[in-house]
Amino acid sequence: MDDMYREVILDHYKNPRNKGTLDPHDFSYEDENPLCGDKLRIDVRLDDEQRVKEVAFSGRGCAISQASASMLTEAIIGKTVDEVKQMNKDDILDMLGIELGPVRLKCALLSLKVLKAGAYGLEGQQPHDED
Amino acid sequence: MSTALKTFSAAERRADFPILTREVRPGVPLVYLDSAATSQKPLPVIEAIDHYYRYSNANVHRGIHMLAEEATALYEDGREKVKRFINAASTKEVIFTRNTTEAINLVAYSWGRANIRPGDVIVYTAMEHHSNLVPWQMLAAEKGARIVVIPVTDGGELDLSTLDDILAQSQRIVCLGHMSNVLGTINPVTEIAARAHAAGALVLVDAAQSVPHLPVDVKTLGADFIAFSGHKMCGPTGIGVLWGRQALLEEMPPFMGGGDMIRRVYLTEFKPNELPYKFEAGTPAIAESVALGAAVDYLTSLGMGAIQAHEREIVTYAMDRLEEVPGVKVYGPAADRRGGVAAFSLEGVHPHDVAQVLDRDGIAIRAGHHCAMPLHDRYGLPATSRASFYLYNVPEEVDRLIDGLYKVKKLFG
Repeated sequence: MDDMYREVILDHYKNPRNKGTLDPHDFSYEDENPLCGDKLRIDVRLDDEQRVKEVAFSGRGCAISQASASMLTEAIIGKTVDEVKQMNKDDILDMLGIELGPVRLKCALLSLKVLKAGAYGLEGQQPHDED
Repeated sequence: MSTALKTFSAAERRADFPILTREVRPGVPLVYLDSAATSQKPLPVIEAIDHYYRYSNANVHRGIHMLAEEATALYEDGREKVKRFINAASTKEVIFTRNTTEAINLVAYSWGRANIRPGDVIVYTAMEHHSNLVPWQMLAAEKGARIVVIPVTDGGELDLSTLDDILAQSQRIVCLGHMSNVLGTINPVTEIAARAHAAGALVLVDAAQSVPHLPVDVKTLGADFIAFSGHKMCGPTGIGVLWGRQALLEEMPPFMGGGDMIRRVYLTEFKPNELPYKFEAGTPAIAESVALGAAVDYLTSLGMGAIQAHEREIVTYAMDRLEEVPGVKVYGPAADRRGGVAAFSLEGVHPHDVAQVLDRDGIAIRAGHHCAMPLHDRYGLPATSRASFYLYNVPEEVDRLIDGLYKVKKLFG
């Protein structure tokens, strides 16, 4: 019926990839979007070359936040931690393939925010907020 | 409920609200079900603002010239209208603030900091809006006071079974909403106020959802302070009201300092102005007072009893229809115990997605925690969808909401 809920987004929402938790993990981070009460946790395991080997996400949220988390977990397999840190808003929007207003943008970007906070936390750094 | 009270036609009154005729997108008319967040504005209110700026604009209270006198008279006329609307004893008791939140903060800062001591108890309910929680949490943290909470039942009403125990503690103030902005529950303020007063406490009522939607008479309500916002009652944003008993307000120190709130300023000290100006520092919301006066006139012309009766009719119909939809759960008490608010969940679909899909059909509801996170925690919900009604809503809009919910179900099913 409309672009925001195109087939691929609904598919990731209804059949999330990499849903769950990883224990042990190399890094993990959890955050929430206080506006909607959405909560998201991402756990990551790395290989010897500091590339993402396994990733899992858990939490609750709207179709946009859950689909973006599911798609993001698929997209980062094989990426180095540095490559993950370089990812930005446009990567997520390209992945989702939809236009979003300022409120729903927060939903879409929650997964990236959580992932990057975890990646930066590996070395005790703070990510720079970009939205 | 008494439908006999109803004397106006909502369908006809829609013509008073220009925004209701707009299309959200080409060919998609607006269904506005978000009046608990802010109401739409009727023509007399819009025209009052327009006329004020075109014809009378000047700063108030200090000027000698014609425009300044006119502006002052218009500003004070808004106060007089509000005074009559809530049946206050005097305009000295009607203090203009920015909104409900600022009015509550005014009491927490001024009365609270002068009166709350370590170990004192501040009481509020579990169904409060954040604006009636956070100012008290800040005050309690600063003063070492304790907070005691009146719980909410599964059915969405205040659980008063422990009220006597709560009031037996060294409480100083009881803060409660007149009507919940999520559950629609109308709380028994008069009963609670009588019991609180007998125990020696003051009572502050967040009337943001009641003053716009039902008759409120401060002489019979029993509260010591009430707070409400202009923009939820057909008036403009940027103006709210604190009503308080004159004797209490006289004792309270000023809130913000600046122009207008002083009688005399010396280089190192000041003497505060008389009520209500003591609490109105700086240039006030002049056009907004004029427009709030127009809003009060508009509501009075329809009758607050009639408005309440109309909203009860609509919310009764809405709850009946919502409960027909498989997977929908409506929170809060029965329709005859609530105002025009219905918060609900739709199984398996996040409220944001519900609101987003409804928006495609021009239906404006609110999704989230509605500034009542602790209440949502109480029911284990991250968020809800909320439809709220006002004097201009008609049953056909409820039908469109229900049709929209079936579309949501189809999309996510």
